[in-house]
Amino acid sequence: MNDRFNARKLIVLAGIWVLLLLVPYWMPPLGGYTALGTRVLVLGLAAMSVNFLLGFTGVLSFGHAAYFGLGAYGAGLSLKFLAPSSSLALLLGMLLGGLAGALLGTLIVRRRGVYFAMVTIAFGQVFYYIAFQWSSLTGGDDGLRGFSRQPLDFGLFSIDILSNTDNFYYFVLFCFAIMAAVMGFILRSPFGRTMLAIRENERRARFLGIPVERHIWIAFTLSCFFMGFAGALYALLNNFADPKGLHFTQSGDFVMMAVMGGMRSFWGPLLGAAVFVVLQDYLSSVTVNWMSFVGILFVAVVLFFPRGLLGVIRQKSEA
Amino acid sequence: MTKEILSTEFNRRTVLKTAVAAGAVQIASPFVISARAADAIKIGMVDPLTGVYAAVAQNEVIGARFAVEEINAKGGVLGRPLELLVEDSANDVGTGVQKTRKLIERDQVSFIIGDVNSGIAQAMAQVTAEKKILHVVSGGHTDGITGKDCKWNVFRVCNTTRTEANSVSDILFNKYGKKWHFITPDYAFGHTLQQAGEANLKKLGGTMTGNELTPLGTTDFSAYLIKARAANPDVLLVLPQGSDMVNCLKQIAQFGIDKQIHVAGLQQELESLEAMPPEARVGIWMFEWYWKQPGVPHVEKFVADIRKRSNGKVPTARTWFGFTSVQTYAHVANQEKTLDAVKLAKALGNFQLPDDVKLQPNKCYYRAGDHQLMTSAFVGEALTKPAGDPEDLFRVDQVIAGDKVNPPESDTGCSLQWPA
Amino acid sequence: MLQLLLFNVTNGLIIGAFYVLMALGLSLILNLSNVINFAHGGFLVIGGYIAYTITPYVGFWGALLIAPPLTAIIGLAVERTLIRPLYGRDPLYSLLLTFGLAFIIEDGTRFIWGAQGKPVTVPAILAQPLSNEFFFITGYRLFMVATVAVTVTLLFVLLRYTRLGIRIRAGTLDLETVSALGVNVGLLRSLNFAAGIYLAGLSGVLAAGQLGLEPTMGAGLLMPSFIAIIVGGIGSLTGTLLGGLLIGVASGVTAVFLPAASEAVMYVLMAVVLLIRPRGLLGEEGMMT
Repeated sequence: MNDRFNARKLIVLAGIWVLLLLVPYWMPPLGGYTALGTRVLVLGLAAMSVNFLLGFTGVLSFGHAAYFGLGAYGAGLSLKFLAPSSSLALLLGMLLGGLAGALLGTLIVRRRGVYFAMVTIAFGQVFYYIAFQWSSLTGGDDGLRGFSRQPLDFGLFSIDILSNTDNFYYFVLFCFAIMAAVMGFILRSPFGRTMLAIRENERRARFLGIPVERHIWIAFTLSCFFMGFAGALYALLNNFADPKGLHFTQSGDFVMMAVMGGMRSFWGPLLGAAVFVVLQDYLSSVTVNWMSFVGILFVAVVLFFPRGLLGVIRQKSEA
Repeated sequence: MTKEILSTEFNRRTVLKTAVAAGAVQIASPFVISARAADAIKIGMVDPLTGVYAAVAQNEVIGARFAVEEINAKGGVLGRPLELLVEDSANDVGTGVQKTRKLIERDQVSFIIGDVNSGIAQAMAQVTAEKKILHVVSGGHTDGITGKDCKWNVFRVCNTTRTEANSVSDILFNKYGKKWHFITPDYAFGHTLQQAGEANLKKLGGTMTGNELTPLGTTDFSAYLIKARAANPDVLLVLPQGSDMVNCLKQIAQFGIDKQIHVAGLQQELESLEAMPPEARVGIWMFEWYWKQPGVPHVEKFVADIRKRSNGKVPTARTWFGFTSVQTYAHVANQEKTLDAVKLAKALGNFQLPDDVKLQPNKCYYRAGDHQLMTSAFVGEALTKPAGDPEDLFRVDQVIAGDKVNPPESDTGCSLQWPA
Repeated sequence: MLQLLLFNVTNGLIIGAFYVLMALGLSLILNLSNVINFAHGGFLVIGGYIAYTITPYVGFWGALLIAPPLTAIIGLAVERTLIRPLYGRDPLYSLLLTFGLAFIIEDGTRFIWGAQGKPVTVPAILAQPLSNEFFFITGYRLFMVATVAVTVTLLFVLLRYTRLGIRIRAGTLDLETVSALGVNVGLLRSLNFAAGIYLAGLSGVLAAGQLGLEPTMGAGLLMPSFIAIIVGGIGSLTGTLLGGLLIGVASGVTAVFLPAASEAVMYVLMAVVLLIRPRGLLGEEGMMT
């Protein structure tokens, strides 16, 4: 039984990776375009980072776009002012998002539930206003411009990820794979188990002597690091960073992706991101009233598929 | 537990049905974005159809659609019909860039129009330049687009902020007085507009009593208005746009400030005036195009044609921007008998718009050096009481030719880099 | 300078009064139902547009009376059909649902009334300053403050002295016990939700007289109310009242010295409050963690 279960898991995993690897080949014939695939990966990674906190620690942050946006600005500022290096940009973007998260986390971790959500939203908006107002540094409402991702230089050879969209897709996929691996590793570690314990029953965890606040703070900070990295990738994708990426509506989209895909599963948010991004891309080309459809999607998922797509599939297969 | 699942199943189905029904209504509604034809030449438009610029963006789309209709009725471009694909940038740079890529990579459009938001327009220009696609910026005013960030493939129909300042400054100074106070939206567009106004004021020998920087999206202007009134200027220049301007002018009227200080501004739009109550419609402004131009050929027919397509609403400057953007492409492509972007961009230098496109008395052409359209400035006064037609909310006193108020090409900071 | 400062404090109080009205509605719903109503700004817009639509027939005063209850009825319908199934579930779901609802409302108002902003004219008697010296105190602003004051007083009287109000307050503290005592909690929540939306609708009518009416206007007014609640402390309506006035004054005064920070100062205030007094100014201890 267990063997069969594991085998199936492996097959699914292999299937996901084959699909992801072949995106530039099957997406365009189906009416998509490779850049859309890249976007799904980046936003998928962001949704997985949100879910790292939401699904595996049970803490609802509704302001995670702030760290995503900080990652984007970090990467952009690094490319614009420091050095023309894509990897440095990714690193600095991740650091900016993560450190800001670590700092604010100390103010936030003692709250729970709705209050946690409200405080994270409000603090997220602080960064939105900073990006929006500090126009001499961030470009304000017009966004941060005047940088572009740089070819990857390996000394002997370099890979052009700027003009070749397929190359860039594979670069993003590579980054995504590393982050997913790290995330998976953490979740399997004793620390990850503790996170689950907190999610399942915080009071019991506390009685067992687990320093709950510290664990939540670490989980929050880690997820902000992942978020910052995703944001940095987003800046490379657009060659651009703008305040909308920090806004709480963006946070809402991320949470939605996680819930829609299935927040109790590792890959759920990626699936959610894929469905969300593709659907929004399609709808907004077909009708100006796409916002209503996205809104209806939110309502429908909440009322009828609260466990998300993967949750439904799993339920079906178990029944 | 089972019961709960059952009821969920049932509800899911009803909701799906409702959603499908709602979808059918949506898709049958008149604002369906695209209809496709086989051998058509595809052109793309990216504009913020949702969000704070939705009203002006939708007018640009109406104008562009009408232009396509008119061109196709006259035989299309190079004998092929035009097909316009409209995408919503949702007033978000990331989305705008993504939609531009989608139009170019997937839909293979040969021409791009957009965006109302200067920031998005500039980000789009990065993409269109990289992909070597001809691009007309229909509604973003920041100087850089045809200034220091200019590109060989990017042309602009609407004015630069400096032009807007140049066209009003003299009249304001002579008519209203020489002590000016600015209320400036705190972002790139506002800063350049204010700097241009201030430079003109200095040149004329006036003084600035102050400059209030208001964050974009400010709803309450009273703190700034208190300071402005305390400075006791002759003229209060209101530079915010869209809903910020509406809020600001509404509060100015309620405070009675317009009875003590002359209220004016640089750029004004019909969309904004229509959103204001009568008492807030005051002051000297510049319009980039106005629908009432007695005696100018083709204007009346254009107004009548647009009215038929927009529930009786008259065209605004935005409608004309959308219209002109598409017409530019069709006319230059038919003239050059090619769709090659570099050749068309070269031909557009000093390209003059025909009478039935320019819809204004003066000569109207794209400058070769910075790719800026030299279009007239309509300077006049906002009307508290409409003059006849309920949408006639502006009295045009002067129509100034574009090349009189645009800074010389050498001053724009633009140097075009053509592809090898 | 001092005079300018005084001007701005008064002015901040006027703005604060408006935030209070928004925040109280939000707070009512949050306290009893544990629902963060993201669509609150949307309901404000609905209230404003209803007022705009009926003003030609019933006048501004009529609209002021009729539009808020109509908005509340819409809110009631939404609560009954969409939000009720979510009570008892993780607050995440109601949050996402109202988030989606805000999208639908923004798009719906644009679909019905168009993207073009709509002018709402206030009665001439209110549309002018009281005196030349204090020109920034217009009849309308004074009227707004008076309306807020009356509404807030009524609300507090209602909560303190009527059976319904006492039940709502008791439910805020311990819903299970209230339910065990035989109170129809579902009905209580519906009425409470409708009351919250009524306040949103009223804010909408008042805002329409002051600002340009647009489908997107709700979003910008939502965040200050959030902050008012956090600063005042969750669970305390008096705290919300205080929080709203406080951030109004803070942003009014900041606009004199550093306009760019006039929004940010609210967040700074919030951060400071959270650092020094994590449960908010008047928050109940138990509510905070």
